[in-house]
Amino acid sequence: MSRAETAGPVEKAGTAESPATATPPPTPRPFGSPGLFRLAGLFRSELTLTFRRWRSLALLVVLAAVPVLIGVAVRIETSDGGGVGGGGAPDGGAGVAFVSQITSNGLFLVFAALAATLPFFLPMAVAVVAGDSVAGEASAGTLRYLLVAPAGRARLLLVKFAAVMAFCLVATLTVALSALAVGALLFPVGDVTTISGVPVPFAEGLWRAALIAAVVAGSLMGLAAIGLFVSTLTSSGIAAMATTVGLLITVQILQSVPQLDAVHPYLFTHHWMSFADLMREPLLWDGVLRNLGRQAAYAAVFGSAAWARFTTRDITS
Amino acid sequence: MTAVIETSGLTKRYRGGRPAVDRLDLSVPAGSVFGFLGPNGSGKTTTIRMLMGLIGPTAGTATVLGRPMPRSASSVLPHVGALIEGPALYGFLSGRDNLLRYDSADPAADPRTREARVASALDRVGLSQAAGKKAKAYSLGMKQRLGLAAALLRPRKLLVLDEPTNGLDPQGMREIRTLVRELAADGTTVFLSSHLLDEIEQVCTHAAVMAQGRLITQGPVAELAAGARGRLAVLTPDPAKAVRILTEHGLTGVDREGERVTAEPPEDEAELAGLNAALVHGGVRVRGFGVERASLEDAFVALTGEGFDVAG
Ligand SMILES: Nc1ncnc2c1ncn2[C@@H]1O[C@H](COP(=O)(O)OP(=O)(O)OP(=O)(O)O)[C@@H](O)[C@H]1O
Ligand SMILES: [Mg+2]
Repeated sequence: MSRAETAGPVEKAGTAESPATATPPPTPRPFGSPGLFRLAGLFRSELTLTFRRWRSLALLVVLAAVPVLIGVAVRIETSDGGGVGGGGAPDGGAGVAFVSQITSNGLFLVFAALAATLPFFLPMAVAVVAGDSVAGEASAGTLRYLLVAPAGRARLLLVKFAAVMAFCLVATLTVALSALAVGALLFPVGDVTTISGVPVPFAEGLWRAALIAAVVAGSLMGLAAIGLFVSTLTSSGIAAMATTVGLLITVQILQSVPQLDAVHPYLFTHHWMSFADLMREPLLWDGVLRNLGRQAAYAAVFGSAAWARFTTRDITS
Repeated sequence: MTAVIETSGLTKRYRGGRPAVDRLDLSVPAGSVFGFLGPNGSGKTTTIRMLMGLIGPTAGTATVLGRPMPRSASSVLPHVGALIEGPALYGFLSGRDNLLRYDSADPAADPRTREARVASALDRVGLSQAAGKKAKAYSLGMKQRLGLAAALLRPRKLLVLDEPTNGLDPQGMREIRTLVRELAADGTTVFLSSHLLDEIEQVCTHAAVMAQGRLITQGPVAELAAGARGRLAVLTPDPAKAVRILTEHGLTGVDREGERVTAEPPEDEAELAGLNAALVHGGVRVRGFGVERASLEDAFVALTGEGFDVAG
């Protein structure tokens, strides 16, 4: 087919496409590569889709409830005299340290809630959303229509990953903001005593809380990439979600078996709790940076695997 | 005439089975309404998936709009609208939001005119009233229409419709046929798969017939139908006499249904006049006499030598 022939219908198309607008949009070249990186529209669409799913909203509600539970429990326990006994948070160490400080400063509920949700609730929500991202569209059949639109396989995968990361951030912020609200409501707030024992002003504490929330969201990147990869392997959204959650549980079990400490440094959960170092004065970045590096490595490996799989896969659903 | 779709030796073998599509050489001329016929499981959808770059061929090549697929998917597909194996929708989104989603997936679609495009596509398939309703509350036919609207979001050079009238009421079927004719009149090539022979016969200019993954024939519909010989039909209140006389004149396949007697027509058309005279002479009161043109169904049966059944 010659250029001259193809130009005709397209020209006509340009005007027929938008009878309402006075100036027709620029005529697309018949076969020019149309802005490969016109990602904004698709990304916005992907975000709307993610957050309009009933499932995502339910997960966010559960996450928002966790700080409420912790806050109320601490409040009840302390109202009949005495401090908080040990073992308040599921994860020892920093978590417990934060919980015991809640009564004197509500801001600590933010740290305690993040420490409580990071081992399981937060990653589980991310595993569900990431696992469903591609496989769910495949099982609904919408994937084939996105691909003939044509969304482009690499482009779609990139947008999906970005949307899952956006969910990580929103999920973390949901926990943090809910905790902040509950903490301010039930407990006094004021200057913050860091783990190092040095007090910092309340504003500085708030800024640390925001920083920690960002780091926690970033900690979920590796898992998001794993979920996305699993999601490209199957055409069943449920199977992909279950597999990703299963992987998460397995890794958390491995992490808790001391005899396996040789493999621990390679697990994506290994440095998760290092975010507590951001509550030291001065800030201790080592663990946090190691964590973020680990997450980036996981994202690179599983992102590439997902790309390799998804760009060559037969879409038969 | 240039070909809009051209395949050569196109083969797809799903894991471990016999080929779902077997050495297919298809040529769809530009501007045609091309009917892709075949019984269930004959490989129509598989072929369409390969043409759209959704699955890779096991062997052979396919070009769409003059470019190799699936390699050129990103430059070819913006010019192609497709409905593949029924519509697929986001049930929790409204009809309009579904189209907005699909439109935003196309990087060649101008975001500034998105709303207008979606509105006109909805209007075109008669869904403007129901556009705000959640897609899961749509009836089968409404879903099918929404799927079509997605295929019609932008002006296309090629429209690939896999059994587009599935689930539509007679009114909807007629609308689709009208739509297909309109699009064809605008110069869009339409590739239409179906197992409804009369549907193909009514709208298509060209057709191809598949069976068990193989292409049996392809060409202009008129030629395909002409390939199968028609039947000589005699309408008469004296069918018994007519049967006797036709048989005496050496006609084969003589068959009687009430007042209608049919037979294989003689090789030489010139003999028809003599036959008619013989019937009248034999005292048969002839009310109607003539050779009925073969339908595509006759052509299909003649080609496959079997009914329109699923091959195991
Ligand atoms: N995902 C798949 N995995 C394995 N085999 C498949 C798959 N999809 C289709 N097949 C097989 O390929 C053959 C052709 O199927 P296809 O869907 O292309 O037929 P079709 O002509 O579209 O049928 P229908 O008229 O029922 O839509 C069938 O034998 C089918 O069993
Ligand atoms: Mg089919």
